[in-house]
Formats: sequence, C-alpha cells, structure tokens
Amino acid sequence: MSSWALPVAAAGELPPDFFQERTSETLPCQATSKLFCFDWARENIDRYGTPTVQHLKLVALAVLIGFAIAFTLALLAHRRRWLRAPLLAATGVLYTIPSVAFFFLLLPLTGRGVDTAVIALTAFNLQIIYRNTIVGLANVPSPVKDAARGMGLTDRQILWRVELPLASPEIIAGLRIATVSTVAIATLAKFAGGGGLGVPIFANGIDFKTNIIIAGGIAILMALSFDAILYGIQWRMTPWRRVAQA
Amino acid sequence: MADDALAKGGSGVSSTLPHLPAASFQTAIEFIFEAQPSNVTGGKLVGGLSQTIELAMTQLEVTVLALALSMVVALPVGLYLGHRGTGELLAVGLGHAGRAIPELALIAFMAAVIGVGTLNVTIALAVLGVPPILTNAFVGIRQVDRASVEAARGIGMTEAEVLSKVEVPLAIPTLMTGIRGATIAIVATATIAPLAGVLTLGDYIINENVYGEDGVVAGAIVVALMALGLELLLALLQRRLTSKGLKLSSA
Repeated sequence: MSSWALPVAAAGELPPDFFQERTSETLPCQATSKLFCFDWARENIDRYGTPTVQHLKLVALAVLIGFAIAFTLALLAHRRRWLRAPLLAATGVLYTIPSVAFFFLLLPLTGRGVDTAVIALTAFNLQIIYRNTIVGLANVPSPVKDAARGMGLTDRQILWRVELPLASPEIIAGLRIATVSTVAIATLAKFAGGGGLGVPIFANGIDFKTNIIIAGGIAILMALSFDAILYGIQWRMTPWRRVAQA
Repeated sequence: MADDALAKGGSGVSSTLPHLPAASFQTAIEFIFEAQPSNVTGGKLVGGLSQTIELAMTQLEVTVLALALSMVVALPVGLYLGHRGTGELLAVGLGHAGRAIPELALIAFMAAVIGVGTLNVTIALAVLGVPPILTNAFVGIRQVDRASVEAARGIGMTEAEVLSKVEVPLAIPTLMTGIRGATIAIVATATIAPLAGVLTLGDYIINENVYGEDGVVAGAIVVALMALGLELLLALLQRRLTSKGLKLSSA
C-alpha cells in the first residue's frame, strides 16, 4: 500500500495495541477496499481546495474565451451567409478531436500547462456555442424583423434590440451545454499539466475510491451549479416567455 | 541510447522531463511508423507501425462494442418513449445530466469498484453513450409532424409500422446526431482506457515515461485522426440513411 497507510510512531512511543493482527477491523479505512472513508474525508477535505479553484479557473477561461470567439463568428456568419457552412465544418473538426489528443497535439507548440488546457477546452466549446447562436438567430420570425424595420430601426439596431434578445434562450442553452461539458472534460486537463480536479482522482492510486468519489462529486456539483446559474440568467433575461406561458 | 534520443530531439522548447527530447511533429510521425529505442526499457524498441495498429485496433474494438451496447440500451427506450410521447423529463433530463459525468472519474470509479478489463471499460464507455442517443431518439421522434403520423394511422398502419416506416425515417437526422455525439464521447474516453488496464492508443499518451514525448504526440495524432475518421464515416452513413424526399426539402 502507499505511504499514507500507517503512521510510524517514534521509538519508545509504540501504543500498546500496535502489534495486533492487521485485519480489516484494525486497519485504517484507507488501507481497506471500503467504498467511502468518512474519517479520512473529514481530515483531508482541504486538499481539494486548490484543485477545485484550478478547475473553476480552467472552465471559466475556456467558456468565456470560447463564447467571445464563437459569438463573434456567429454574428459574422449571420451577416455573410456563405461563411456559415465552412465555419460550422471548421468548429466541427475542433469539436470532434478528443480533448486528450488535443492537449498533446499542442505539446510541440505550447508545451504543458494551463494555457494548453484552456486552448483545447476552448476549441471544444466553439461548435456548441456557434451552432446554438446561429440557430437562435435563424429562428427569429421574419415578421418581427419586418416590423422592426418598419419602425425605422437600422440593421445594427435590429440585431442588438430584436434578434439577439429573441435568440437569447438558444444562445444560453448552448452556453449551458458548453459549460456542463467543459466541467466534465476539464478533469482530463491533468494530463496536460493544467491541474484541476483530475489531479486528486489518481493522487492515492486507482484503488482508493474515496478520492474518486469526492473529486468526481465536486465536479458534478460544479457542473450542476453552473447550469442552475445560467438557467437563472436565462429566466431573468426573457421576461416575455414567462408571460406567454402563464 | 539516451544520447541518441537527446541528439534526435535537437534544441527547442525545454520539456518538463529533462531526459526526454522536446517533441516535434516530425519525430512523432516517425514514431508512428518506425519503432524507436526507449529510455526506460534499456533501449528496447517501442512504437512503430505494428504496435500503433495493435493499439488502434483495441481502441476501435472497445469503441464499437461500447457504442453497440449503448445503442441496444438507449434506442429502444428512446424510440418507445418518443412514440408514446411520455417520459420527456426522463429522456431529456438524462441527456443533460449525462454531460455532467466527469470521464476521468467514471473510468477510475469503474476500475476501482468492478475491476479492470475490457468488459468494465466497455460498460463505462457505454454509460457515456446512452444519454445523447436516448435524448436525440426521443426528441427526433417527437418532432415528427403529428399530421404525418395521423395520416399513417389513417391508411391502416399498425403502431409498429407507424414507428418504423414514418417516424424513424423522418427522425434519422436527429437520431444520427445522437449517435455521432455518443461516438465522439466514447472514442475520446477510450483514450484513457489504459488507466483501467485496456491498452488503447492512450497507452502512448499516458505512459510517457516509456514512449517519450514523441510517443505522446504520436498517440495524439492517431487518436485525432481516428475520431475524425469515425465522424466522417457516420456523416456519410447519415446521408445514405436519409430518405431522398427529406434531402430535397432541406435543399
């Protein structure tokens, strides 16, 4: 077993029960194959702090940069229709390349570290955000746009005041999918030297389930929290939908 | 042998592992085709075309097995729920929740609880494939125009015929979107299967101390090509499966 299995007492300080037979009753929980060690978890919970913060940083950077790029590309493609298909194909290629492979395709170019992880996670995001933005803008009913034009709005005003607000449910739905997927995939950033919650999963070897459950659990909770926050934003941004449903 | 390896890499970006040469795409591609002496195994040759093909075949095998398993589980449920129009919360909610499963934790957990081996990896990968297939099967069938379904019933089709002759053909694009999404997730995660004892191309990537940085980059290249190849294959299959009438209407 690993180094944490049993603490070695200093000479002369051996407790009276030190030399008893080591069965699953007397071994500390982390040396057994139990599913979850509550005592160990309580004592060691602080070691997940740094990986959690790193994970949050990876996800936030990847989603924000991904949104900035994909949203710009979608607006471009909305204006110039011929750009739509090639941009969809290009982001599709980036989406299809597995993140683990992407990290190491970047190895000769950017080396290891947070930058590499963020680039790969961003590349994965682009397609989801781009496609949802395009679909959202395309689904805006044309009578609405005609009405806006009739009221004297310019193309730019129509985009920002009519089309984008009406497309926001789809855009935010894309952001939710991108964010939740990125939180899950960022566990692989450990291979790129990017840190994150993937690190503690294997910190004590593959047999120690407590680590896997805690780190995996934090990742799932993080994904669900982001999802709930984005859903809340969507709810706040689209008051007309609530009226229509009521 | 170590000197050979150092000379081969040349000077470049300094690596975190100083005894290994900084990888380049050129040396990585050489690694795919020609076995190279390893620093760890005392000069024993690693990599090369035969090992690359062997690892790639294993990866393809677990990917296809897992995809088949998730389709067997998810397609009937999704098609049935979609046809009946019930269980939306289950079908759509599961799809959304499935995305939150961290791949690394899933593989590690399955390996730790059930043990290592092809069967366990296949099951773990199939778990990732079920949500997208189920959700898209449900949504695809639900989106079929109700008037078409009523018309099919009106000309005397049984429920099974309505599903197989009307709803499924009209839902093919959405159904295939789900299968393609599942394939991408499965082949990507099959890359980390060596952690659970199944030697896929990820072996090159994860066991860097054996294969060196060239091996890592080589593994990444082959994995990326495999994923893109599978995606292309499924895109072509989707075009073949989509009925002519649908293609005309979208054009």
